[in-house]
Amino acid sequence: MTKMMYRDAVRSTIFEEMQRNENVVVLGEDVVGGMGTAGGPEAIGGIWSTSTGFYDAFGPDRVIDTPISESAIVGAAGGLALAGKRPVAELMFADFIGVSLDQIWNQIAKFRYMFGGKTTCPAVIRMAYGAGFNAAAQHSQSVHHILTSMPGLKVVMPTTPADVRGLLREALRGDDPVMFLEHKMLYGVEGEVPDGDYTIPFGHAKLTRAGEDVTLVATGLMVSRCEAAADALAEEGIGCDVLDLRTTSPLDEEAILDSVEVTGRLVVVDEAPQRCSLATDIAALASEKAFASLRAPIQMVTAPHSPIPFALELEQAYLPSADKVQAAVRKVLDWR
Amino acid sequence: MQLSREELLQAYRRMKVIREFEERLHVEIATGQIAGFTHLYCGQEAVAVGVCEHLDASDKIVSTHRGHGHCLAKGCDVDGMMKEIYGSREGLCNGKGGSMHIADVDKGMLGANGIVGAGAPIAVGAALSLKLDGQGKVAITFSGDGACNQGTTFEAMNLAVVTKAPCIFVFENNHYSEHTGFEYAVGTNKDIASRAEAFGMKVWRADGTDFFAVYETMRDVLEYVRDGNGPAAVEFDTERFFGHFEGDPQNYRGKGELERIRAERDCLTNFRQKVADAKLLEGTVLDAIDEEVLDQIDAAVDAARAAERPQAEDVLTNVYVTY
Repeated sequence: MTKMMYRDAVRSTIFEEMQRNENVVVLGEDVVGGMGTAGGPEAIGGIWSTSTGFYDAFGPDRVIDTPISESAIVGAAGGLALAGKRPVAELMFADFIGVSLDQIWNQIAKFRYMFGGKTTCPAVIRMAYGAGFNAAAQHSQSVHHILTSMPGLKVVMPTTPADVRGLLREALRGDDPVMFLEHKMLYGVEGEVPDGDYTIPFGHAKLTRAGEDVTLVATGLMVSRCEAAADALAEEGIGCDVLDLRTTSPLDEEAILDSVEVTGRLVVVDEAPQRCSLATDIAALASEKAFASLRAPIQMVTAPHSPIPFALELEQAYLPSADKVQAAVRKVLDWR
Repeated sequence: MQLSREELLQAYRRMKVIREFEERLHVEIATGQIAGFTHLYCGQEAVAVGVCEHLDASDKIVSTHRGHGHCLAKGCDVDGMMKEIYGSREGLCNGKGGSMHIADVDKGMLGANGIVGAGAPIAVGAALSLKLDGQGKVAITFSGDGACNQGTTFEAMNLAVVTKAPCIFVFENNHYSEHTGFEYAVGTNKDIASRAEAFGMKVWRADGTDFFAVYETMRDVLEYVRDGNGPAAVEFDTERFFGHFEGDPQNYRGKGELERIRAERDCLTNFRQKVADAKLLEGTVLDAIDEEVLDQIDAAVDAARAAERPQAEDVLTNVYVTY
């Protein structure tokens, strides 16, 4: 085991994969940084420091610093993939899927299907998502529900450095387009990382707390809030399963349903607004397939139906908190 | 002219195949044999063939919603395409793509595209891949006077210049973006190539109804790009013999316009005239090709009508490699 930060897990995994496979190519705005400046290349190495040192190691043909042109970045990733490469494109902020969405959902998500299965499109599109930095309405959003709704895409949301390593390797070695969502509040989080060349298959949730009273389902930053709530409730003798989905497409339905069958109570925690969200998706899954097990109405702890506010107090009010999760757990336990 | 007799015959045959493929589709669609939206390439054959005759399967092209001509010129199978447009399981894309999404990656044909302007960034990506391979291969994106107004095209041109991608932007100006005139919709003084020039590219312009003009121009463009000079652009002035889509009443056309462009701006007539004047090919030989092509298209339609239909369970195949 090695201790490593989440951002270093991203950087080192891509770097090692570039050493291992010459078809892996990185592109995006400022992935080199400093091009055309007095400071020279590598002045930045990615705004999240997730491509530091790449340019010096692999050169400009494999580490392609692009202008601010998100449609062209994702489209070029699609073209690289169709031509046999394994592009890793960085969109900086997940919010920028807005300017590149056609290339994501009409192009790379559909190439294989539209072309009758005669091609693959192994493009990995990385993006930083999530609130907590007071970055306001256009730099803080969680967009996983939008991408999860698109057939052809896989959507990955790692929570720990160890999961980053295993899931990113899986993405880089797979043959489907992957949206790799990195929570910006987790970049600085440190964790133990297993040694060796492991991968984590998609569609396998991780049980991070075990209990028999309530099932908590979450992704990304929300997992730690669920864990905090579960730990506090455990002191009162209330036991919670906490499921970190890790990927939202494919979705580990079995893990959710198995847990709900035992607990009979489900709280879904989602950083995105509730309407047409992952939270409603999972609630629908449980009501459709675990109805007989449910002993209380499903609760959803989500962001409200509003853009993300800037001010510190407002952003905290906007985000689901451990307290809100606790309150939801009590509500399902107190029902009837 | 530096084309051999065989090359001339092949170019003529390819243009004729596209022409008759499209003319026949026009009839098949009008009589209700084919479903969906179809956009015919008829009239622009000299561009697709004049460009693609220079390429091999390892050069890549990205096409448009009006893509049949590009596909055929790049070597896609006639029967496989007809079956695809008929929605057969035996089609080039197993009936999953249809007219607007025909692709054959093994032939370097990276897809027609239902979204106007979406192809250019994809072609730049393919070009960056080819640059990395270092074999002097190129990627070509076809765009019309409609797509030249899309931001994706601008982004792609700039990205290609910045990265020195071996990418060629072929603009086919057929004077109509859907149902709107080029003189209205293209703001740059009725000129598309100047946009590419403004992005820092070397540009060419030629008559897109003259196969020889296209072919000779592309020789220069390709030499320039294959030599590692970065991207280039070329604008071909051409004509669209049918509407934006099949069924388009074309109320926007001038009186007698369609008859005039068919009479004066037909690339096949132009080709025949030129090879006759230069005593390169005999009319009887070309007539024989015409007959063979008509038979080939007849056979393709017969095969498509008889081909296996997809089954409901095919809906879920090839969404992913693994899921």
